[in-house]
Formats: sequence, C-alpha cells, structure tokens
Amino acid sequence: MVLKIFFPQCCTTADSGLLVGCWIPDQDSAVVLAVVHYPFIPGQVKRYLTEIRSQTDVDLTVLGSWSMPKEGQEGMDSFLKDLSTIFPHSRWLQLSREIGKRGFTCQVVRKGGMFLKEQAKEGEGSVRDENEKVIIVHYDQRKVMLSQLHPVQEGVSHSKMEQSALRAVFHTVAQSHPLFFIDKYDDGPLKLTHWQSEGREASIIAELVKQGSVPVCKLLTWMLSLWSWLGSIRLLNVPPVRFISSKLSTCVQLGYRTEHLQTVSSTRKATEHMEFMRKANIFVSFLLDMALGLLLIAWLYRENRIGKLASTLVPVADVRVPYPSKNHLDLSGLKMNRALDQVLGRFFIYHIHLWISYIHLMSPFIEMILWYVGLSACLGLTFALSVLSDMVALLTFHIYCFYVYGARLYCLKIYGLSSLWRLFRGKKWNVLRQRVDSCSYDMDQLFIGTLLFTILLFLLPTTALYYLVFTLLRLVVVLFQGLIHLAVDLLNSFPLFAMGLRVCRPYRLAEGVKFRVLCEEEGTPLHLMMEINPIKVSAVLQYYRTPTYSCYPRDSWMALCKKLFVGELIYPWKHKTTKTD
Amino acid sequence: MADDSLTDIYGNRIGVACRCHSDLCREVTVSGPKLSLRSVLVYTCGVWLLAYAAFCCTENTAVLSCAIILTLVGLMVYIHFFKVDHESLLIIGSLGVQLSSSYASGRECTSFIEMSKIKDVVINEAVYMHRVIYYLCILIKDPADPHAVSSVLPLFQSSKPRLKCLIEVYKTCQEILAQS
Repeated sequence: MVLKIFFPQCCTTADSGLLVGCWIPDQDSAVVLAVVHYPFIPGQVKRYLTEIRSQTDVDLTVLGSWSMPKEGQEGMDSFLKDLSTIFPHSRWLQLSREIGKRGFTCQVVRKGGMFLKEQAKEGEGSVRDENEKVIIVHYDQRKVMLSQLHPVQEGVSHSKMEQSALRAVFHTVAQSHPLFFIDKYDDGPLKLTHWQSEGREASIIAELVKQGSVPVCKLLTWMLSLWSWLGSIRLLNVPPVRFISSKLSTCVQLGYRTEHLQTVSSTRKATEHMEFMRKANIFVSFLLDMALGLLLIAWLYRENRIGKLASTLVPVADVRVPYPSKNHLDLSGLKMNRALDQVLGRFFIYHIHLWISYIHLMSPFIEMILWYVGLSACLGLTFALSVLSDMVALLTFHIYCFYVYGARLYCLKIYGLSSLWRLFRGKKWNVLRQRVDSCSYDMDQLFIGTLLFTILLFLLPTTALYYLVFTLLRLVVVLFQGLIHLAVDLLNSFPLFAMGLRVCRPYRLAEGVKFRVLCEEEGTPLHLMMEINPIKVSAVLQYYRTPTYSCYPRDSWMALCKKLFVGELIYPWKHKTTKTD
Repeated sequence: MADDSLTDIYGNRIGVACRCHSDLCREVTVSGPKLSLRSVLVYTCGVWLLAYAAFCCTENTAVLSCAIILTLVGLMVYIHFFKVDHESLLIIGSLGVQLSSSYASGRECTSFIEMSKIKDVVINEAVYMHRVIYYLCILIKDPADPHAVSSVLPLFQSSKPRLKCLIEVYKTCQEILAQS
C-alpha cells in the first residue's frame, strides 16, 4: 500500500520540529497541516491539539518529525527518534531534508519500533509483507483552504467511506482554520509554521464593513417586513387586484426583488458555500442593477429628454391601425366582400375613435406621469425595463383587443366551416367517441348546411385578412415585450460574483486538481506538486445561476403555428414561479 | 520509446515519448504533427486572393480590411481552440490518472481521475465508416455499483495513434495499475 503524504509548500523551508496533521486511514494518506518548532513542552503541545480538536471536526494528531538540520544541529536525529515514544501513534513519519538537496527522504516507523525501509534493504531472503512506498504531494495551503470542490456536496452526513481522497484533503484543510491563528508574533508557548505564520493579514475596511453590516441588515429586515405587511393587507388581496398584479411585470419584479432582499439582509451568517455564493450573487447583481438604473436616470433627465419623449409618444399611440381598405385588396388580388368589409371596418374605426379620445384626454398629463415613473428607475434597471414593458402593454391595449376580436371571429368561422364541410361530405363528429362518423342527413339539413357552407367559404378571405393583420401586429408587440423580459431575466439571474471570482481568484472554485512531477533525485521518494484546476466558465453559469421566474415559450413552434392557423388565442409566454418547481 | 515509424490512423507521423519518473509514476506524451507553414500560407493566400477579387468587383476597401481581420482571427481561434500540439497521460500508482492536452497556443486542458474511480484501462475497437480503429480508453466505475462501468473515457482523441503505440502505452498503464 502506497502512503501519500500531503505536505504544505510553506513548510518546506521550516526549521526542524514536529509534524502536526491528520491521518486519512481509508485512503492511506496523511495531511500535514503545520510544523511545531523547538523548544516546546510535549504536555503543552498535547493540550493545544486537544483544544483545536474540540473546536473543529478534525482529528489532529502529531504525525511525526521534520528535520532540516542547519549548521551546528547535527545531533538532532537521535533527539527526533526519541520523540516518537512521547506521542501516541500507530505510524510515525520521519521526514528529513538536507541543505543543498531539493527532495526529502521519508522513513515510516510502525508501532513496535520496526523501520520498514531498513527491513526492505536488509532482508533479501526475509518475507516482505508490506513494501511501503511513499509519495509526497506538495500543496499550496492557502489556496486549498479557500477553495471549494465542485460539484458541491453539502452536509457532513455523508460518510467518510464515500468521500474521495481529494475531497477528504480539501475538507480537512478547510476545517482546520483555527490551527492557523497563531503566527510568529504571538508570545505563546508554541511556535508553529503554516501559511499564516508570517503574520495574519486583515483589512480594517473589511472588519468595519462586517461590524457595520449587522445593524444595516436589521434595519433592512424591519423595513422589508413592513413592506410585506403592506402587501398582504386585505384590500390588496381582492381577486381582481391580484389578477392584474400577476399580469403586470412590474409587480412581479417587485415581489421577486423583495424576496431577494430578504435573502440578503437576513442576519444569520451563511454557513455553507452555496448559500454564501447565492447571497453574494444577489447582492452584487442588486448593486449593478441600481448603478445601471442611476446611469439611466442621469441620461434620461438631461436636456429635457422626458419632454421630447412625451411629445413623440402621443402621436405614436394614436396611429391609425392599418385596417385593410379596398385599395389594399385590389392590389393583393383578393376580392373582399364589400358589405362585410364595411361592417367590420366601421366597428374597428369606432373602437379606434374611442381609443384616440382617451389618449387625447391623457395627453396633458403624459409628461408628468413619465417624469415620475422615470424616477422609479432608481430602484434598478430591471424595474425600469419592467415599467417600460407594462407601458407598452397598456398603450397597445387596443391592438390586443383587435387581435382578440379578429381571432374570435376567425376561429368561429373556421369551426363553422369544418363542421359544415363534414356535413357536405355526409359525416358528423361523434363527441362520445371523439371521431368522425358517417351520418344520414335530411334534405332540409343538407340544403341549409350547404348554403351556410358556401356563405362562410366566400366570406373567408375578408375575415382571414383582418385576422392576419391584427395577429401580425400583436406578434410584433409580443416580440418586443419578450425581448425586454429576456433582458430583465438576464440581469436578474446572471451570477456576477461567481464569474468575478472565477476570473480574479480562479483557485476558489475548483473542479479538480492537477499534478506536476517535481525533482527526481536518487534515494528520495516521488514528489508531486498539486495545483488547483478551476471550473470552466460555462460550469460557473450552470452551478450558480440564480433561479428566476423566467418566461419560456409555452408551446413548441409546431403547436404555435397550428394555433395560429386555427385561430385559437395565443399566450406565448408562460411565467414559471420559483416555488412550484 | 521514441520510435520514428509510429503513425496515427491517417498515416501522419507522430512522436511518442515515455518517461519513467519512479516505479510508481509514468508519463506518456503523444505529439501530433505541428502546424505546417505551407498550410498557413495556402490559407492566407486563398483568403486574400478571394478578397482581392471581391475588391475588384465592388471597389470597396472594407472588403480588404475584413479579409485581413478574418485571417488573423481565424488563425488565432484555430491555434487556441483546435490545434492540439501534444497529449499526455500521467499515471501515478494509487493516486490516479491525469490526462492533459496542450494546444498550439500553449493553452493546457487537464483533467485528473482518481484511482478509486478507475476500473480498468483497455484497448477498444470501433467501427467508423469503412475502417476499424483501435483506441485506448479508461473504464470508470459507477459509484453505486463497483462492478458496473458507468462511463468510458477515450484517450488520445486528437492524436489517434495506431495499435502498435497503443499496446506500449497499455502495457505501461497495466504495470502501474497492477501494483495498486
């Protein structure tokens, strides 16, 4: 069985001392976490280790001894051998490095005092039951401590048997951060070498922010609870109001952002990695949103752009919807029925007239409304985009109405036609059996049916053309709203913090490790350098994308085309709520 | 093991180097043919002649600048994302197997598979159109069922060495795997 020793890079130049770390028995490996230097009192070392063991989950023990003799310290070897009797062990490692050489030698002593290496050399004839080989893997302690292996396995409930060796190593180093608190400037009884022993780094700003964030979070939580109480009062929960607020994307976005803020402002510290990343992502995306919103306000309120916008908006809103006139038709070669055309034309013109008068009523107030609504962009660019989408929906409401009228008319016509066509052929739709059956009709039924069929057939081009025009207009509006929703969704769900971490500190998000073979010298075991292999950029999006109420197409393209042909009303986007998934 | 007569499945010459770091650790590097100057020149001249012809037709200098940018961007994308310089397999007994492919621009793409996940290393046969090719692959264990194979990971996919080379690599791997 090969023994793997994970040795921190910072300790390769440390003075002689004791190796402190943890055994991972299932994979036959040892992780060295720190080196305790002379002079020390064994009792104090044992007490310190017990203290750290109680603070963390890690089974810290003394693994062995480390010797890097400087000039005048040649008598260390025998001293080191005596140490193995003081600390309890099943295996005792003796790593030693000579000045001038890059590799270290390793000897493993089992309980019982037998030197396995010596045994292997002496006894050619004796039985070698365990030819113990050693691999020394160097790792960068700070990076391994801060890094997180993906896919993330949360919870300590998984047994150590299922954990792979690498996960066990990462877990051990990450958990033992209380061990790294003592640095060389502490006046305690022990002197340790580890990644932080040159001096603990801290930033005043970070500490101040941490201290200041607690009351800010409390204030935010209180304000949010007030807001959600306001949102839940009986008056606002009446069904019509709820229906409207579920259709308006502004209200949906508001609710969504409130939920986000509640996550971020909770005073409980995030214990697990995914929770922390989620909070950080939401916070950074919120900041970006606000910054973009403020930029938009700065651009919009300059040079009286609001006024210009208002003055262009009114004529656009009362654009006459291009309903098919006689001129258009003669060009396309289809003959429209004059009477039906006049009826439908008058109906739609009257509707447009109502709409125009409404717009003219509103026009003096448009600029003021726009001004105040534009201010709401300070809540974030996503909010401004949702307001834009809602405004477009409200201003093109007449197009929606026309589309519904045209579609209903066309749908009725198509159903009538298909039913009468079956009558024309002598068949009937059997509702019970859900199929077409033959049926014998009376002469009167056949006569009237055929007459109606002919009438409907020849009126079809007129209705179809109206339907086509209105559907196209409606689709243009839907497309525009869809694009806005896509942009809002992107802003909401993009994990900016995770992406920034992947670009600037790639070792924190690890997919695995890479090994590199270090020096090969005679008589030394194999030395490998373990580096962290960061996850791919596409994997960042996959793991850390914030779930949203994304709209996705409800039907496939074929189903959509079929619905358009038959005249069924289409609602292309379906809102997915995060809770029901 | 740097044999000159080794070729890949298309007949191009490849270079194979095997290093023995210790009796627990071996590294095999298979290097494909380098980017030849001739193909770069042919590509560049072809694109620029076409662009010049288009310029003669349209009298628009934007066509020429587009062609230059296209050539440069195309070359950069090719050497960074597509042209594999060499692939290497580092096998460390009782730790795992590391596969790495390095591209002509110097980018390295590495992946490490732990020994506990590896069931075996085998040479598999594949029928592709009118030819039968051999490839070396790693059988990966299913975490739920240690006797079942959950996936097959083919090695040396860009260099595609032939059977003679694969047998040598296979023997090297089996020596190490047998020990752990």
